[in-house]
Amino acid sequence: MNYIYPEYEVVRNYARCITCRACENQCSNMVHCYVECESRMESKDDNCVNCHRCVTICPTRALKIVKSTHTFRENANWTGKTINEIYKQAQSGGVLLSSMGNPENYPIYFDKILINASQVTNPSIDPLREPMETRVFLGCKSHKITRDGGGKIIPKTTPQLDLSVPIMFSAMSYGSISYNAHESLAKASEQLGIYYNTGEGGLHEDFYKYSKNTIVQVASGRFGVHKDYLNTAAAIEIKMGQGAKPGIGGHLPGTKIVGAVSRTRMIPEGSDAISPAPHHDIYSIEDLRQLVYSLKEATDYKKPVIVKIAAVHNITSIASGIARSGADIIAIDGFRGGTGAAPTKIRDNVGIPIELALASVDKRLRDEGIRDSVSLVVGGSIRSSSDVVKAIALGADCVYIGSAALIAMGCHLCRSCQSGKCNWGIATQAPELVKRLNPAIAHQRLVNLVIAWEHEIKEMMGGMGINSIESLKGNRLMLRGIGLNEKELSILGIYHAGE
Amino acid sequence: MILREGDVRIPSGCAISGIIDKSRKRFSGEEIIKSIAVMRERGNGLGGGFAGYGIYPEYKDYYAFHIFYDNAEIKKQCEVFMDEHFDIINLSKIPTKKMSEIKDEPLIWRYFVTPHPTKLKASQLDEREFVAKSVFKINTRINGAYVFSSGKNMGVFKAVGHPADVGRFYKLDEYEGHCFTAHGRYPTNTPGWWGGAHPFALLDYSVVHNGEISSYDANRRCIEMYGYKCTLQTDTEVITYIFDYLHRKKSLSFKEIAAVIAAPFWKTIENYPYEEKEKAEYLRNIFASLLITGPFSILVGHQNGLVALNDRLKLRPMVVAEKGSRVYVASEESAIRIIEPTLDRIWAPKGGEAVVINATEDK
Repeated sequence: MNYIYPEYEVVRNYARCITCRACENQCSNMVHCYVECESRMESKDDNCVNCHRCVTICPTRALKIVKSTHTFRENANWTGKTINEIYKQAQSGGVLLSSMGNPENYPIYFDKILINASQVTNPSIDPLREPMETRVFLGCKSHKITRDGGGKIIPKTTPQLDLSVPIMFSAMSYGSISYNAHESLAKASEQLGIYYNTGEGGLHEDFYKYSKNTIVQVASGRFGVHKDYLNTAAAIEIKMGQGAKPGIGGHLPGTKIVGAVSRTRMIPEGSDAISPAPHHDIYSIEDLRQLVYSLKEATDYKKPVIVKIAAVHNITSIASGIARSGADIIAIDGFRGGTGAAPTKIRDNVGIPIELALASVDKRLRDEGIRDSVSLVVGGSIRSSSDVVKAIALGADCVYIGSAALIAMGCHLCRSCQSGKCNWGIATQAPELVKRLNPAIAHQRLVNLVIAWEHEIKEMMGGMGINSIESLKGNRLMLRGIGLNEKELSILGIYHAGE
Repeated sequence: MILREGDVRIPSGCAISGIIDKSRKRFSGEEIIKSIAVMRERGNGLGGGFAGYGIYPEYKDYYAFHIFYDNAEIKKQCEVFMDEHFDIINLSKIPTKKMSEIKDEPLIWRYFVTPHPTKLKASQLDEREFVAKSVFKINTRINGAYVFSSGKNMGVFKAVGHPADVGRFYKLDEYEGHCFTAHGRYPTNTPGWWGGAHPFALLDYSVVHNGEISSYDANRRCIEMYGYKCTLQTDTEVITYIFDYLHRKKSLSFKEIAAVIAAPFWKTIENYPYEEKEKAEYLRNIFASLLITGPFSILVGHQNGLVALNDRLKLRPMVVAEKGSRVYVASEESAIRIIEPTLDRIWAPKGGEAVVINATEDK
């Protein structure tokens, strides 16, 4: 007996349905079927994940998905969601799994921050008439000036990343997402003059041509890591943690380790790819320093090294330690950050909001006078151009976007990536599904998204009378809180609206 | 209660003017008063001030501290600190003239000092850093004492009022120097005290500024990492510290400083010859947080000359003129013509283009 009533119902308008069976064809979850004897379509609601593939594809708009009104007896403590989780676990004996970012109702600080604009005392600047600059360099900004014998400045910096706009695509491995999704991200990065990140899945040989725009990841499983992989990249990221699942590792099931995925990860077909929770050569900060320098040695000190960490309670000390460990860039992933699969309870209960983590880390690094020796990149989750502006004004150099990039490619946030049956061809390795994502179209959608955000960022900057993004960085006077308490304001380092 | 400036950030519009004699020939402060007085409309009587260079030739080897005190008790407290850290060669009230236009004056004192040799040695700092650190200590720790001038052979004179009145109040016509700058302020609200008037100075660097910079908090939070403390929340204060940091501590030339704070646009840099491009990109990158955006025209006085600079879009007026060994800079041409009707040359520098005027070697 299945205790769980379907969460969603497929509503079919039979007056419109022409029984073309497109929905049946497209649904990898086998929701739709044709009833031969009655010449009509039927749906199996239990299988529906509400991904909208059928709704979008239906030529007569005969379909919609609605939330089931079926309900338990009202109980503020024992909600339907909690009860269903217990049913699931009582049946399976397993850990609950989920995908994408934490969807629970915690405060979203970005939505409680307002941006300033110029009036009278200082002119706003029109980006359509005046230059408006969004170029950013990431890496150590040492103020130590050296001059040659003739007194000329020697313009030498440690390795840097050079971005046209402070947005990068965050780490998503080939394996967790498809070949076509990876190709779209790589192509878009090249066209935009930004970077994408391989995640811990290695770099497919076809994508070495995008290496100028590629950040390669070294994570706890070391999958796909070899000399050429490190040396071809623009930067190397050591992944210590991820916002969706701080403190735990990863697990790509053997069923997904097939063909090119297995080759790229350098593990046998069908074997589970298990990334341990910690790096087993990093049990403390001094060990991290050794890995940072091992990677720098291996690449002749030509690549900036990023250390990515999840936003957890002690984030300020951790970040400060990393800044002193030779890292050029620190990436912080907030608790809303996405994932291809994570234990639900960890995704929904571990970590802290990126806004608070960012504000504290930026302040701590400044208090210690070492903010200029590292760049800060934040993600988890940046949803719009105004989130970007707020993050930079709080102190970030750049943002990572993952979920927003997937949504631009067609993801409908059904949060079922762990099933591997993504109807949109993104989070799947099934060839018949992968081919649904056309990189020629998807990469253009990514380019469009970033260009649109860039326009909006420039408009907001111009409104503040700022014509270069570096003057926005850490410029917290440009922000005001709305509906926040004293403690929250003090952590964010901003005044309340009206002050 | 009205908050004192420093507890609140006050935007201002302004007039600036400066005169320098490149041959270090000294002239009376009368001229700069006349120049700034023309631009009365650009101020609202809530701030005016002057900086004079070469005005203390008899004490030119000593740091001249000009200090505002709220009361005699604080003066005593501050003098204990001064005694501990410096040899005081001379001290006196700064001569002023009672007048109805200038009200609420604090106690205004002047000290010619040199760092206490044993204190200096123990601090392991160079002399100028020792002096700058001492100024910060007084300004941040002795509540009610405020050092507003601390250079050698130079001095700042400022108050709440119209600049012409401020000039007469301080009897500026009785001083002679080879370079003067002046400022008339138009703050949006009452400053509450005199500290926020311009010029703003640290050691021999003094800044008068017209504008409201949009990068203020980015600049402030950056410069505070390098040993500075912004107590007044004014643009001028942060600009002064940036100049001090880049010139005194980082040994950048004034042209190089302009390439940091009013950096050329990336599109312009792209078209530079290779070597220049590398350098411009380098300076913009490593000092990214010291880029100043938003409108400004500034005059920076220092021991060897004067620097005039506009923001990169030139959102504030500024003209420069030459006559013989004299160079004039002002918000408006009229402020120059009033003191020198016939000029050899007059021009408006482009946004971001630093005009660096060097005086001859100091003998």
